[in-house]
Amino acid sequence: MENTKCKGMRDLLPSDMRRFRLIEEAFRTSCLKYNYQEVRTPTLEYLHLFTATGTLTPSMLGKIYSFLDWDGWSGERVVLRPDGTIPVVRLCIDSLSEHETARLFYVTNIFAFEETGKKNRERWQCGAEFLGGTKLAADAEIISLAREVVRKLGLGDIRLQLSHAGLVKALVKELKLSPSEEAKVLSRVLDGDWQVLEEATSANAELGKFLYPLLNLKGKSGGFLQNVKALSLQASPSFKASLEDFITITTLLDSLKCNYEIDMSAIRSFEYYTGVCFQLLDNGEKLGGGGRYDDLIPLMSNKNIPACGFALYVDPIAKLLPWEDKEKFGILITGTQPSPEIVKACFTLAQSLRDAKHVAEVDFITRDPSDYRWVISVSEEEPTRFTVTDCKQKQQQTVASLTEVLSIVGG
Amino acid sequence: MKYQPGYIKVALPKGRSLSATANLLNEAALEFDGYSHKTRQYRLQSVRFPYLSAKVFQDKDIPVQVAIGNYDLGICGLDWIEELQVRYPASALVTISSLNCGEGSIYLAAAYHAGMPGLDKFLAQPNNWRIVSEYPNLAQALALSLRLKRFKIFPVWGAAEAYPPENADLAILWARNENEIEAHGLVPVMKLLSVDAFLIANRERLENENLSQILSCLSPRLASRPSPDKEWPREGFLSLKPLTLAQSKLSTLRKPIAALSQWQEKAIKLALPDGHQKTPTSQLLEQVGFNIQEYSGKTVNRRPSPNLDWLGIKVIRPQDMPLQVANGNFDLAITGKDWLLEHLYRFPLSPVRELLELGFGKVKIVAAVSRDLPADSINELKLLAQGGRFAPLRVASEYVNIADKYLRDNHIGPCKLVPTWGASEAFLPEDADLLIDNAQTGKTLAEHNLKIIDVLLTSTACLIGNKDSLDSCDKRERIEFITQTLQRGLS
Repeated sequence: MENTKCKGMRDLLPSDMRRFRLIEEAFRTSCLKYNYQEVRTPTLEYLHLFTATGTLTPSMLGKIYSFLDWDGWSGERVVLRPDGTIPVVRLCIDSLSEHETARLFYVTNIFAFEETGKKNRERWQCGAEFLGGTKLAADAEIISLAREVVRKLGLGDIRLQLSHAGLVKALVKELKLSPSEEAKVLSRVLDGDWQVLEEATSANAELGKFLYPLLNLKGKSGGFLQNVKALSLQASPSFKASLEDFITITTLLDSLKCNYEIDMSAIRSFEYYTGVCFQLLDNGEKLGGGGRYDDLIPLMSNKNIPACGFALYVDPIAKLLPWEDKEKFGILITGTQPSPEIVKACFTLAQSLRDAKHVAEVDFITRDPSDYRWVISVSEEEPTRFTVTDCKQKQQQTVASLTEVLSIVGG
Repeated sequence: MKYQPGYIKVALPKGRSLSATANLLNEAALEFDGYSHKTRQYRLQSVRFPYLSAKVFQDKDIPVQVAIGNYDLGICGLDWIEELQVRYPASALVTISSLNCGEGSIYLAAAYHAGMPGLDKFLAQPNNWRIVSEYPNLAQALALSLRLKRFKIFPVWGAAEAYPPENADLAILWARNENEIEAHGLVPVMKLLSVDAFLIANRERLENENLSQILSCLSPRLASRPSPDKEWPREGFLSLKPLTLAQSKLSTLRKPIAALSQWQEKAIKLALPDGHQKTPTSQLLEQVGFNIQEYSGKTVNRRPSPNLDWLGIKVIRPQDMPLQVANGNFDLAITGKDWLLEHLYRFPLSPVRELLELGFGKVKIVAAVSRDLPADSINELKLLAQGGRFAPLRVASEYVNIADKYLRDNHIGPCKLVPTWGASEAFLPEDADLLIDNAQTGKTLAEHNLKIIDVLLTSTACLIGNKDSLDSCDKRERIEFITQTLQRGLS
């Protein structure tokens, strides 16, 4: 019988899991130091949780795994979680509403259909959400936290790109389209088709003045946005307000000596974001992203609570981490023969080593010693009961007692 | 019909597209012996090309059959092509071109509503939209595209027009034109697509095999306009313009609103079957003294009037009844036990209960295979499957959930379940290895060279009810009255 896994699904092998845990550990440690608390939401959620706010594009919703549950005769569909943020916001509204602010983090899988089946349809991410924080400080905090994790993982030159969802939405509003046309243009922009914006503004000279630099240049400081401001004096109040917000956060980042690049068109799928949003890149590969989403909680609960958050993507980050551990640290305990006496002696030795915080494995099959830091062979012969091999120094000695073994390997 | 190089297989439609397709094939000098409404033949041979054969399917089955590679080419309506493509965009189905024939369109329709026809405002209402359709995949894609904040989709086998306004807010349905939608008392809100007949192909066959002789016959008939891949619905439903409604028609469309309040006043809502079960049901009802106007005739009135002022009746498909009763749209329904079990196997916690076996419409649900297969029982078939005879076992059934449970219970795997919409016996042996279907006498199966290897269950018509309705003080007495009255008719 052929045993194959589902298309688009992936097994995580021991080497994958080692890197997964490294990322998770760096993320958890950083979040706990910023006083974020860990949460976990269910894999299944109702479809309407993701459609109700109207913030996800039809293209994104068209890729969700949705189906009827065993009690779904009412037609209420459930989905495999397609997004990390919305369920955490739901959790907060359901169970933590008495708190004014909440700093939460999670490590979770999300599911999205991918046509070829060659890319992962199940993806892992590490996410953090800051609900109810003071706007400017919270934006700076989540950017700082995301960068802290990346730094802790020892990743090299990671680029920080900034955009502003409120500014993009205000730009689309400047086109003064019908509601359905506006929704269509915004959907295409959210899906990464910026051409539609340039086409729609080609006839509008006033818009063209600041649209070109905004969409085609890459600013490196708040000064760039000040230049755009000078070119957009005739723009709508909502555009000006968003631009001012963007200037404030970039000025703060400038003063914190945080390098970034302003690239309005680089960021896509910022569906529920309303303010500044960012992404972290390594050679063009997106490692994570986030931003401010002030409308999401009001849409879900009628409570006017601002929020922001980010997620780091485990798969692309894992590719940047070393494939193998340089240091071998395990101890292999083996016997000259698998007799009851020798097996018992091996188990006793293994337990003593584990109690001394060593990683010990008992095996009677011939193994490659280079996979271990130490190999200890147990026999019935006195006084040479234990033969201890130092695989690193390539040295061997025989001893009679357990205490002697422990003093050699440490512990 | 296992795939043979150089041998070309075409899937052709029965039903409403048959005549137009037959004419088109004749004009293209591609006639098939016996392809007409008069014969019930499923397997056809080309008059002109010895290497060309065809099989006749329900329109709905054709895109699936071509996509999975059972057929090289197919002709069917764009509605069923899009129903597959919108859900499975990566399928191996290539839509070549329109054949410039076909009938009708798919519409989004709604019951008349105050403030219509302003679509933006109408759909922006904070409803939990109930959408009924034979096209559930199109319905979901449309709901997402229109950014409906909350919606439920009721997939139905047919008669979608019967549901609004009482049991659904929106319907996505086929109609010849807008007038036909309005004749149902509905407002045509949006025309989603014209149901032209299209030539479709399996991608792999088109890439690797020489089908040119057949394609060149059809080529002069192909439309020059671009294929739907470049038009609809890839750009999204938002690119479609809402239909405008003549104000003069609004007064006639307000009638269903009155019907809605009348329906809501009825203490008990009963669903009666159309199709084969209609005649015996109507005879039983007449026999026990239920006088239901406009139910027994040949024309279908979806809302017949009973002689009990507290009883509301609608006529819908028996296949759809258990789900409708579970949802509370109806308190009672007369359907088949097969469809009740089909529902309960999918939704084991459903509040639908069988209240009374009615005796008529007796069928057996059987497992059948080709007579040429060396298996006379399900265990023997399982042994063949374990021996690698099938790769994997292909199972055709109208009863997807019954079939699924049967395969699970008998530990049969790996297998592929192909849902069918009628004439399932024609799938064996070429396009399926095992059939789970109903049989009255077994004669039809025998005519198709099939043998029964297992009987899953015996089904008769039955009265079903919603458990919550039975628990309700207001309804219990009346439900018992109906049940006991029908029971007297049986004895």
